[in-house]
Amino acid sequence: MPITTTKSAFWTGVRDGAPFIFVAGPFALLFGVLATEAGLNVFEVMTFSLVVIAGAAQFTALQVMENEAPTIVVILSALAVNLRVAMYSAALTPYLGRAPLWQRVFAAYLLVDQSYALSHAKFEAEPELTVSQRMAYYFGTCLLVMIVWFGMSYLGAAVGTQLPQDLPLDFALPIAFLSMVAPMVRTLPHLIAAVVAVVVGLLAVPVPYSLGLIIAGAAGMMAGAQAEVMLERRRGA
Amino acid sequence: MIDSATLWTVIIALGVGSFLLRFTFLGFVGDRPLPAWLLRHLRYTAVAILPALVAPLVVYSGEGGSTDVTRVAAALVTLGVGMWTRNVFAAIGAGAATLFGLVYLL
Repeated sequence: MPITTTKSAFWTGVRDGAPFIFVAGPFALLFGVLATEAGLNVFEVMTFSLVVIAGAAQFTALQVMENEAPTIVVILSALAVNLRVAMYSAALTPYLGRAPLWQRVFAAYLLVDQSYALSHAKFEAEPELTVSQRMAYYFGTCLLVMIVWFGMSYLGAAVGTQLPQDLPLDFALPIAFLSMVAPMVRTLPHLIAAVVAVVVGLLAVPVPYSLGLIIAGAAGMMAGAQAEVMLERRRGA
Repeated sequence: MIDSATLWTVIIALGVGSFLLRFTFLGFVGDRPLPAWLLRHLRYTAVAILPALVAPLVVYSGEGGSTDVTRVAAALVTLGVGMWTRNVFAAIGAGAATLFGLVYLL
């Protein structure tokens, strides 16, 4: 259905965003459960989810805090995981950059994998959309995902204390991360980045203050970027 | 156990930091194009940092830093199914099933 008004743009966004509740929901639930296991209370879990809205970064912060790393390393590690939202922000700027400031503030707060992926694809496919229709679509894609994100975080925090003690929950986080990252490995440079990061990450385990993660992440990013440049050059030659 | 002061420092700093990451380009940079090298590095953040975080958790997953075979198997199944199906749920389901299955069998 073509978008003709701002209102229909919003509801198109809501519809397109609906399937993603099945992605956001389980991760929010898992965060609630694991955070509760780590000793956070419901209020702390909810504030965390409300203020940060970034599953991978929240899981990372939790994990690095449990390793008793210095606070600054916890923050830097989690922000490093979240660096990709800066890329999303950059990619959406040509489409949304002329919207009023208050809308851009809200749009930035709600910028997650789902809202970026849906909106960027839509704006590319339909360049005739006005800025206000684009914003409406964008906020539409966020609506259900955010409701589910907060709701399931709460549910996870509420049931977290009542789960049986012998569940192997210690390994829920690695499985969650692996399932998130595996589908992202689509090209050879992606694979090279991941492999280099794993190797450096293992070698850097003895590095103090949990700084190994940041070193390994940086090494992987550089390897991926470098591989991309070399592949392009070979293709051009 | 995570102490309360650390936790709240992390929550607030992460909230502010994440917002700034999200707002920088949309809010401050506007329509100006970004340098290609920066975008090129940002493209690889997730595929580098998440594996770097997970690798030690998988390899040293046993008691006192040993390697736990059930957990390594679950990790490999998750990764394999995820790369093969490109489906987050299939990967999680297969990994969790492997872990639960092996934990209760062994």
